[in-house]
Amino acid sequence: MTNYIIQIEDLHKSFAGFSVLKGLHLEIERGKITFIIGRSGGGKSVLLKHIIGLLKPDAGRILVGGKDIVRMGESGLNRVRQRFGMLFQDGALFDSMTVGENVAFPLVEHTNLKSKEIRELVHEKLGLVGLEGIEDLMPSEISGGMRKRVGLARAMILEPEILLFDEPTTGLDPIMSDQIDELIVETQRRLDVTSIVISHDIAATLRVADRVAMIYEGQIVADGGPEEIRILDNPVVQQFLKGEAEGPMVLGD
Amino acid sequence: MTNFLHILGGYIIRAIEEMGRIVIILLSAVMWTVRPPLRFRAILKQMEFVGVNSLFVTILTGAFTGGVFTLQSYYGFSMFGADSLVGPTVALAMTRELGPVLTALMVTGRAGSAMAAELGTMRVTEQIDALYVMAANPVKYLVVPRILAGIMMLPLLTAIADFVGVVGGYIVGVKLLNIHGGLFIGKIVEYVELSDIFNGLIKSAVFGGILSLIGCYKGFYAKGGAEGVGRATTEAVVMASVLILVSDYIMTAMLF
Repeated sequence: MTNYIIQIEDLHKSFAGFSVLKGLHLEIERGKITFIIGRSGGGKSVLLKHIIGLLKPDAGRILVGGKDIVRMGESGLNRVRQRFGMLFQDGALFDSMTVGENVAFPLVEHTNLKSKEIRELVHEKLGLVGLEGIEDLMPSEISGGMRKRVGLARAMILEPEILLFDEPTTGLDPIMSDQIDELIVETQRRLDVTSIVISHDIAATLRVADRVAMIYEGQIVADGGPEEIRILDNPVVQQFLKGEAEGPMVLGD
Repeated sequence: MTNFLHILGGYIIRAIEEMGRIVIILLSAVMWTVRPPLRFRAILKQMEFVGVNSLFVTILTGAFTGGVFTLQSYYGFSMFGADSLVGPTVALAMTRELGPVLTALMVTGRAGSAMAAELGTMRVTEQIDALYVMAANPVKYLVVPRILAGIMMLPLLTAIADFVGVVGGYIVGVKLLNIHGGLFIGKIVEYVELSDIFNGLIKSAVFGGILSLIGCYKGFYAKGGAEGVGRATTEAVVMASVLILVSDYIMTAMLF
């Protein structure tokens, strides 16, 4: 039996009468890297925000480790959230705090470590993302790519079971994108975490992912290993993989 | 006609929704205030921002308001030889009304707008989501310290504005308009009750709560990038100012 850490069942969500998710089913395997692809505005970020309880669905269930988080209160949800780390699109670093304070934030909030131990852990995690020694800079003083990497260090600091990545490489140059992809793979190998990545980068998706799921019109239309997806006989998937304007997917819908 | 009702109904529904959201954020702020641990460092930082950094503008406002009020009331009072009552008139106006209200309006423009802009930016750059994700409640982390700082610092600023206002009035009345100094002070002592000052300070504490609450609320629910943050900031200043003036009337009717 496959070991699923997250199970999403019949998820529905609409905003101001506009349906984004229409009965979405998805299972996430433990210890694997799952990429979620699909068009901009197609509900990928919305799905990710449901998984961590930032949004409540109109209908459906989301099981994390077998427990339904949809019906949880704030304190239950907070316990579940401590099993997660999330990298936001632009890092979402707190701009009133230094880089070091940002990375230390989850430790200060949720552990009783002494400040010396916290400093060491922050140093170690910044080292993992190739940024040692920038603890005292402010987020506004570093580049976008560095902010994302600091965001990744912050997401990893509590050594979570599940890491969520919201478009980790969008807006970065190819070399930096490749470094981030490497980091995702490395992190997964070293810490044995489950990773869920939202991406537009087809090449990286097919190279890095253990599993690929594609969202189209509010549902998962394709789900499988990168090789399966590559040769899948589905016009929508093929159009998306090839990035063609002509096809069953119409611009503007 | 149905179109008109449709638009009117839309406005009313939005107004009720907005009130509901304000009440929810207020209640959750109250709940998180009584739930330990209180973040003393964050509260002190906000007290400095709301209070200490507003000192200069408060002093200027108080001094010139007291001065101009003296000038205006002297103009009227001297027509029937009641110069001696200028002092208490100015002092009563400052302590009961102008001190609390003008200080609150100035701090709304300075700190309330900044709160909306700061929280709004945090909202649109997903920093508020990041707080949720890291299991740190943003109401406890961001809203509670600001509301507490507003409630604590506004009375202090108002006390300073009251005092400086009377000093400004004294300078204009006694030094420029040649009202007798002893008379000016003596009549103030005679007519101004401690309750006048005290009730003014109570009002100002409420104003402090209002301006922080509305600033935080507008920022918290900002959406739509830089433009949305700008809109939230403007709306926060307008809404907080109106609420301050309306609540001022209601409290004055009840307290005095």
